[in-house]
Amino acid sequence: MNKSWWKILAIVLVLFSIVAGFLFQVPAKPILNETIRNIHFHVPMWFSMIVMLTVSFIYSIRFLNSSNENDDLMAVEFTNVGIVFGVLGLVTGAVWAKFTWGEAWSNDPKQNSAAIALLVYLAYLVLRNSLDEEQKRGRISAVYNIFAFPIMVVLLFILPRMTDSLHPGNGGNPGFNTKDMAPELRPVFYPAVFGWILISTWIATIRYRIRKIENKQHENN
Amino acid sequence: MDLFNQVKILIRKEMMLEWRSKYALNGILLYVVSTVFVCYLAFRDISSAPTWNALFWIIMLFASVNAITKSFIQESRARQLYYYTITSPQAIIISKIIYNIMLMLLLSVVALGFYTLVFKNPLGDPLFYMLSVLLGSISFASVFTMISGIASKASNGGGLMAILSFPVIIPLLVVLIKLSKNAMDGLDRSVSYDEIGVLLAINVIVVTTSLLLFPYLWRD
Repeated sequence: MNKSWWKILAIVLVLFSIVAGFLFQVPAKPILNETIRNIHFHVPMWFSMIVMLTVSFIYSIRFLNSSNENDDLMAVEFTNVGIVFGVLGLVTGAVWAKFTWGEAWSNDPKQNSAAIALLVYLAYLVLRNSLDEEQKRGRISAVYNIFAFPIMVVLLFILPRMTDSLHPGNGGNPGFNTKDMAPELRPVFYPAVFGWILISTWIATIRYRIRKIENKQHENN
Repeated sequence: MDLFNQVKILIRKEMMLEWRSKYALNGILLYVVSTVFVCYLAFRDISSAPTWNALFWIIMLFASVNAITKSFIQESRARQLYYYTITSPQAIIISKIIYNIMLMLLLSVVALGFYTLVFKNPLGDPLFYMLSVLLGSISFASVFTMISGIASKASNGGGLMAILSFPVIIPLLVVLIKLSKNAMDGLDRSVSYDEIGVLLAINVIVVTTSLLLFPYLWRD
């Protein structure tokens, strides 16, 4: 029980954000109208993806120092979940963009950057598949993961701010900028972000444990 | 022997190897020239400036991937083991990066020369365009050297190289295309300082991460 409190918290927060996100009062803005509610579902996906990929980056560094196979498993599973959340972020964004910007893909710098970041991590998975020996696979893919991470940070946080973007809140931290976000949205938005980060961590740890059991079975056979 | 001397000797070794078996260097130069010529025959003339600029960078991208892929594959495993016993990993990666920068500079000068010869297009600020090409060569060399090291460890290095390097180079390429477009239009140079700063910063990050990570990569 004392270990599962954060899982219960995750469920409560996400359920709250879904119910409140659809029912609570939102500011009526031109063009946006009711689609503003998407902020509670689209933006938390990106926060979760970035947290997942950062954790994966940290575990890759740990793997290089420890050569412990479990660190490598953590790195790859957090990347997997990060990719899934990245795809969800792209899809939720594209659906919303269809209604507000008129086009599902609007050549927006942030949209492009996010797609490229996903390509980097898909390449990471391809690299893993092309290596057979476990220690070597862990080491080389960790090197690529660490090498790609700073470039991804530049891609997601610096380049979109150098050009005009259709996304709100450029040239600041979107979502946390006190001026940009209507006060009515915040009581739902912050729990949503936090809840989705917890959910994604939960998924990643479950997948990590499945992988560990599979490895043990392989050893026994 | 200190790092500086090691790097110097390793670069000399790279150049001598290249000079003795000229096929690699000639091969890559021929690759650029024939790619430009294929593009020329396909396009005939390009009137729009953004297309001209984009095509040049695409040619450079493919030529540099081809030129740098071999930097770790061409030497046998036994010889690499020998280097690893007598030098430090940092010296190896620095020497490879510097050598690849020189190779890329030569390649880009040849490519730009031939490209402007067949596709006549006015450059607003030729000197600044050259600067962007120079920065591009350095960026390509620094990113691709490390990735060719990673790809060479996998069984199918050549195919993997493109998959691993393209997404990583795109952010640099976007900035480079913008910078060179500014130079092409002859905009005031101060407009492009942001881009130059970002390019230099990314290069510094890439080279430092390469230095930190290469020791883990080379051990086998």
